[in-house]
Amino acid sequence: MKVAVLKGGRSLERGVSLKSAARVEDALDALGHETLPLDVGSDLVGRLRQERPEVAFIALHGPGGEDGTVQELLEILGIPYTGPGVAACGRCMDKVAAKHELREAGLPTPDWAAFNSTAFGELGAADALDEIEDRLAFPLVVKPAAQGSSLGVEFAADRAKVPAALVAAFSYDDRVLLERYVEGRELAVSVLGSEALPVVEALPRQEDFFNFEARYEIGRTEYVCPAELGSEETAEVQEIALGTYETLACSGFARVDLILGEDGPTVLEVNAIPGLTDTSLMPMAAEAAGVEFEQLVERIIALALERPAGAATLPA
Amino acid sequence: MTARDLERYAELFARRTRVMRSSAMRDLMAVTARPEVISLAGGLPDTSTFPPASFAAQMTRIAQESSAEALQYGPTDGFDQTKDCIAEVMAAEGMSVDREDVVVTTGAQQAIDLICKTLVDPGDVVICEAPTYPGAVPVFCSYEAEVIQVEMDENGLDTERLVEVLVRLRAERRRPKFIYTVPSFHNPAGVTLSTERRRRLVELAREHELLVCEDNPYGLLRFDGQPSEPLYALDGGDYVLYLGTFSKILSPGIRVGWVVAPPPVLEKIALGKQAADLCTSTLTQYFVREYFSEQSWQRYLESLVEIYRRRRDVMLEALERHFPRQASWTRPEGGLFLWAALPDYIDTTDLLAKALRENVAFVPGRAAYLDDRGANAMRLNFSGSTREEIREGIRRIGAVIAEQVELYETITGEHTILRASPASPSGVRGSDQERASAESGDAGEGGDVVPMRRRAEGR
Repeated sequence: MKVAVLKGGRSLERGVSLKSAARVEDALDALGHETLPLDVGSDLVGRLRQERPEVAFIALHGPGGEDGTVQELLEILGIPYTGPGVAACGRCMDKVAAKHELREAGLPTPDWAAFNSTAFGELGAADALDEIEDRLAFPLVVKPAAQGSSLGVEFAADRAKVPAALVAAFSYDDRVLLERYVEGRELAVSVLGSEALPVVEALPRQEDFFNFEARYEIGRTEYVCPAELGSEETAEVQEIALGTYETLACSGFARVDLILGEDGPTVLEVNAIPGLTDTSLMPMAAEAAGVEFEQLVERIIALALERPAGAATLPA
Repeated sequence: MTARDLERYAELFARRTRVMRSSAMRDLMAVTARPEVISLAGGLPDTSTFPPASFAAQMTRIAQESSAEALQYGPTDGFDQTKDCIAEVMAAEGMSVDREDVVVTTGAQQAIDLICKTLVDPGDVVICEAPTYPGAVPVFCSYEAEVIQVEMDENGLDTERLVEVLVRLRAERRRPKFIYTVPSFHNPAGVTLSTERRRRLVELAREHELLVCEDNPYGLLRFDGQPSEPLYALDGGDYVLYLGTFSKILSPGIRVGWVVAPPPVLEKIALGKQAADLCTSTLTQYFVREYFSEQSWQRYLESLVEIYRRRRDVMLEALERHFPRQASWTRPEGGLFLWAALPDYIDTTDLLAKALRENVAFVPGRAAYLDDRGANAMRLNFSGSTREEIREGIRRIGAVIAEQVELYETITGEHTILRASPASPSGVRGSDQERASAESGDAGEGGDVVPMRRRAEGR
């Protein structure tokens, strides 16, 4: 089968994307597929028209590749693609939209308040910060609404830290959220098709606890899979992850990041296109379930082909 | 490869591999390489004006006349002919050096590595400037040095602060292995050590029996002002190790640099060099010899100085026009870089992400520190971009800074200022803060920037 691997692009997560893609390409070669690596740029549509791949493996991370943009183009071109569809990608990428959906569906997610820069510039949102801070309490987490990795995510230990944290987060997106900080164990549940894979737990080194970047560096964070949880806890965490996946109408795969706090699990965010690098969590979880990387790739492609061609926004 | 495989390798990694740059910054810097990005981040000399015909002729001559030798291994400490060229370059800055005092290295970068290899055990103290050359940071880290960074001001390393550090170390019975300094046209700070402080530093070296590693890649790239006397010339080579390079006066691609050190130190350096790479590229050493035999190196250097001077002027002009009044920057009299400081609520790593969306890049200040300082500063290179690119690049960076300043002021306008203690720097304009700290002789907490020369009045 001719499989286009969409990678790179202009996102800040270009590096991770290239690593994910390299691994996927190796697997596709080993599986005997015809691999067509595409570093996405302004010639993408032209290349896809010319090459006519049977399916596109999207190994892009961050805005552009993970937010429904590329997915929309593939819909228009009639090329099946891996991972969630246009609308689901949009919902996952926008942490605020995702949190609203989860709340409405009765799924747990920490309290938050979201703003765009206009709210500060034109609507005097700064005046409301006191109330927000009182409601969310310190420490709180400030993050860009749409950024896949740890970029721009900051702890604010007290009031004085909030303005600079907001400025930092606004560097990555025009919308940011302030979120209640929930203390607890950091868990990730990857969902493949309609099945929750074993839970991964991240154990950052003590000194890196408030350093989000460390979560992405080998040696600075230890991962345990399956996480050491009781069977009831595991079931509850997986159930919430699956509920999240379904609520956001994901398909193919996705990874749900949660905190297991005193009051049980709560959902932080959903990655529509989780990393597939050597150190990424989804391959780790698949392996723990007995699914080797090549099988994982094959399964992801099968799921892409199963999904009804779909939510194209243009008339056929 | 699976995560488990990786863990298996990770268990084998030496402790020194743990000290690496943050992944976020690495990812960001990877994006700066895109062709559409105006990069003021690199440290690149301009190699585009080197005459290709001359390059071709020299390489042809090497092939015709010295093919076998040029393709062969050479002596570990380098060819005598290379050393003669080195002596010529050093003489141009008033230094005299003998062949036997020199080891030719694979760029001066290797010399930094070899000096650490020779002198530094894990936990040993190395002193350097704050900020320091970003390329030295991974070297110090990989030898597990404990690095103490001493503040600078517009006259370079603050020798009185250095004295404080030396006194403290002496009380703790810890002897620093060496002081690493870039006295002329500092990378990244763009400042030059004053004559008075040069004398003081050499005096301190004698008094405390301290080695000083003088890294001088840019000394000959002076645009204005009087030439500075190298520390090596002042000291005569007892306590000063000297690092030089052909990278900025000829080509960085040839990777030829050198180190001058007292004989016992030099001997160990040569042993380390042998272990590292046996010898510096024979071919490129031949190229240096050929190039110097034409006697035109100073003319080429003059042409570079002229190009860089114009580019620096354009950058300074663009900064005046496009950077907000809360920013300050150094006005280098030579070299390749200047250093800009922004209000302390701006983190230049985050700012870089924003700037990259506008297709422009710089080096975040953090890269020049081993601790958490430097977050509000940036290094800007003016040698590697055209004047048009510099103008446009600075305009774009200025615009993203202005957005952040405006946002911060909007947020804090009714919010933080009301509650902040009067002593808190939050909400204070950068320039006022700077003036205050300059008056009190205090570099200020959190600002962590080389106190800058004030910008010109009445823009």
